[in-house]
Amino acid sequence: MAATATVTRTRQGPLNQAGLERADYKGLASTLCQGCGHNSISSQIIAACYEMSVRPDQVIKLSGIGCSSKSPAYFLNGSHGFNGLHGRMATTATGAVMANPRLKAIGVSGDGDTASIGIGHFIHMLRRNVPIVYLIENNGVYGLTKGQFSATADRGQKLKKIGENPFMPVDIAFEALAANCGFVARSFAGDPKQVKELIKAAFSFHGTAVLDIISPCVTFNNRDESTKSYAWGKAHEDPLHDVTWVPQREEISVDYAPGETTAVGMHDGSKLVLKKLGRDYDPTDRKAALSLLEEARKDNLLLTGLVYYNADQPTLPEVENLVETPLALLPQEVLRPSKDSLEQVLQFFM
Amino acid sequence: MTETPTVTQAAPTTRTTGEPVTNDFTMVVATVNGSGSQTSNMAMIRALFRMGIPVSGKNLFPSNIQGLPTWFSIRASSEGFTARRESAEILVAMNPATFAQDLAGLEPDGVCFYPDDLPIPAQRDDVVFYPMPVKELVRELNPAKELRDYIANMVYVGIVCHILGIELEEVRAALDTHFRGKKAAVDSNMAMIQAASAWAQSNLVKQDHYFVRRDNQTAGNILIDGNTAAALGAIYGGMSFAAWYPITPASSLADALQEYLPKLRRDPQTAKATYAVIQAEDELAAIGMAVGAGWMGARAMTSTSGPGLSLMAEFAGLAFFSEVPLVIWDIQRMGPSTGLPTRTSQGDILFVRFIGHGDSKQVMLLPGTVGECFEFSWRAFDLAERLQTPIFVLSDLDLGMNLWMSEPFAYPAGPMDRGKVLSREDLDRIGDFHRYRDVDGDGITYRTLPGTEHPLAAYFNRGTGHNEDASYSERPEDWEGNMNRLWRKLETARQYMPPPVLHGVGNARVGLIGYGSTDPAILEARQGLAARGMETDYMRLRSVPFTPEVSLFVREHERVFVIEMNTDGQMRQLLQLEVPEGAAKIESLRRNNGIPLSAQWVVEKLLEAEED
Repeated sequence: MAATATVTRTRQGPLNQAGLERADYKGLASTLCQGCGHNSISSQIIAACYEMSVRPDQVIKLSGIGCSSKSPAYFLNGSHGFNGLHGRMATTATGAVMANPRLKAIGVSGDGDTASIGIGHFIHMLRRNVPIVYLIENNGVYGLTKGQFSATADRGQKLKKIGENPFMPVDIAFEALAANCGFVARSFAGDPKQVKELIKAAFSFHGTAVLDIISPCVTFNNRDESTKSYAWGKAHEDPLHDVTWVPQREEISVDYAPGETTAVGMHDGSKLVLKKLGRDYDPTDRKAALSLLEEARKDNLLLTGLVYYNADQPTLPEVENLVETPLALLPQEVLRPSKDSLEQVLQFFM
Repeated sequence: MTETPTVTQAAPTTRTTGEPVTNDFTMVVATVNGSGSQTSNMAMIRALFRMGIPVSGKNLFPSNIQGLPTWFSIRASSEGFTARRESAEILVAMNPATFAQDLAGLEPDGVCFYPDDLPIPAQRDDVVFYPMPVKELVRELNPAKELRDYIANMVYVGIVCHILGIELEEVRAALDTHFRGKKAAVDSNMAMIQAASAWAQSNLVKQDHYFVRRDNQTAGNILIDGNTAAALGAIYGGMSFAAWYPITPASSLADALQEYLPKLRRDPQTAKATYAVIQAEDELAAIGMAVGAGWMGARAMTSTSGPGLSLMAEFAGLAFFSEVPLVIWDIQRMGPSTGLPTRTSQGDILFVRFIGHGDSKQVMLLPGTVGECFEFSWRAFDLAERLQTPIFVLSDLDLGMNLWMSEPFAYPAGPMDRGKVLSREDLDRIGDFHRYRDVDGDGITYRTLPGTEHPLAAYFNRGTGHNEDASYSERPEDWEGNMNRLWRKLETARQYMPPPVLHGVGNARVGLIGYGSTDPAILEARQGLAARGMETDYMRLRSVPFTPEVSLFVREHERVFVIEMNTDGQMRQLLQLEVPEGAAKIESLRRNNGIPLSAQWVVEKLLEAEED
């Protein structure tokens, strides 16, 4: 923190490597419903950023419209935020990230925002591999407009006022995989430890990291039979592996039996350690990932963890071959070519 | 197709038959699109320009890739007039499908070049006909098969140039410009032109009375389209982020960005880009990206036309309300709806002024020349950052895609205006930051850029109602206070807007108001009107909100006519709002047929109005 900080406050907790305490990562008090899955996720964003020693002023947070999209106000007060248009966060984020790729971007969206009104932009953001943590708080329902089905609602799902949903759901992780996203994870707001570790890994990923997090809506879609409810999630969650993010500076010292753990390396040198649970699963195998999601769909399973990982694809700022200094910070000497160059260009039209 | 540049409306002509006419004619080349005639026509117009003769060119083309009628008209004018004319003296009839109609529209005493295998559709004793053995000449030259159709169009270039007296070395120089110096392309086309010219020399006797003679009126000037000018202006304005989606007639602006940026804006050491240009998935994304980049502190822009603009409406409102700088070019075409994608219009005036739901009001620049396309393009970034609001620059298909003469563009004067941005040091010094507090009383507040390393820097940009600290607020006084400040900001904007250009003595009874690409027609019409004893003053608007000259002009003239190319008289409506006490006397002269205005039309309409 800059020594000149004018905000003074009594220190209350241990400092991280950025010299900040946990409270420095807080946001405003949430105005979402008591027990909303989104609040739990906001807490894990706070915890993850604190534990990773990310500086809030080097983060931007973006969102669209909806309950999920309100949540960036509830974490990282010290970060610039942009609460934009319904379904268009991916576009605003693309421009923002291109203008300053040095900052870490986290976008929070919902299933309406991403899988309905914004699905086109979502796919194209993935196609371009825009560096951002793209987190979907997926509850299968429109909360802020009081309980309409979203595109991720289960077929046969019942809502009090509306009746039964006749349509198949959009599977966000499947869409991400189809669009060649290099980091696809699914999690459950009722599994905060996994959420936190996946957020850390997503922050360390160099391209678009998609986190499809089942985040129950306690007011409109928390009946036990809904696949987006706490009860169903608790009963059906089947983690692919136990995940632990290990920062760059720490040695990996996991003493599991050989063959029991694997680690995927991030561009920043950190690693996500995956401890084997029930099944053999290799998240770098795209075909296996597709089969896995199909299996989860068929058998109605909530398979959570890192579904797919591929760090070999270039990001949009890399493809565009941008200069080192962020575009947003380039001075006039760089931005405005010389007078001579203009005369030369115009010569051509004489 | 009912409207063509060769409409049969009789034009007043004072010429005596057979009297030599030098550097004063309109030539229409009738072809089908996709045949490569664009290169031929560019070569002729640029060659005339290089010979020192004032010229203008209008391409009347279909929304189609291949096979439909296209007319390219080239006007040479020793007096320097560049507006479209209602009729032509010279016809190059390459399209059998329109030959009859094109010939019927030719001025008395005209000239017609035609391929000798086409039958002449109707006898015109007053027209000189030159048959052209196009197929034979192509066969003799025997160019590569895949080039044959394109090269064939060079036959008429060679023959027309010989008959009129257009110098072949200037045609070569023009081709060199067109092909960006690619010698093989220039040579193969030139070979056909020379062969055709040689054939004409041996086989044709000049019978018409139109001549081209070298003049010196264009020395030092450039011939360029408005979209290229706009792209160059953006590059010299420090544009660092552009997002766009293909749409006629705006695509060539983005094309020009992508042509010149790699040459002008790469780091000399690393060859890395000091810009990014993204072809978005749609116009929602194009403006969304520009808004994100503008918020971050980049000089961001997008370019589009009517249908794209409709998609951009929601983001336009967000950027206005959350006060994000960005530049939006609207190259207007005919609407409503898909309309006529390849026809020109000034139909987006009211839509742009109020684009965005609620009380959105937008700042508009109205370039009327290619020089202003360049100038307003770089100035727009200064204005966007100064006012922290979207700046809409309204061009049109005619200005954007046709070739216009201009003095060379002046290099941007003075340093860039980056507006009210607080740095980390500023925050240290001030010790206080409220994103939307009107500290200076001008309605323009201070912003910080994301990434500023200071605990006071962060704020939450939002399209929802907000207080001075950018926090969500439903308090009535916060909402009203904010909207009143935005109103104040737009009043402040007036002092930064380019004022109108005024022509005339200032005390004429009749005042004409125009804007944009109609300028040449109005300027020419004023001379025609003066010759008929009707003096006019003329004010060309260049921005909205208006500067004080505008209401003064309305007040000081007994009759005021707003001349524009839309059906609703849209600028007239804005002026009536601006000068309510003069609203009743502001009359409308409007034409909305997709074709650039002619001076003749303006003269006739004004004379009619004065008779009423």
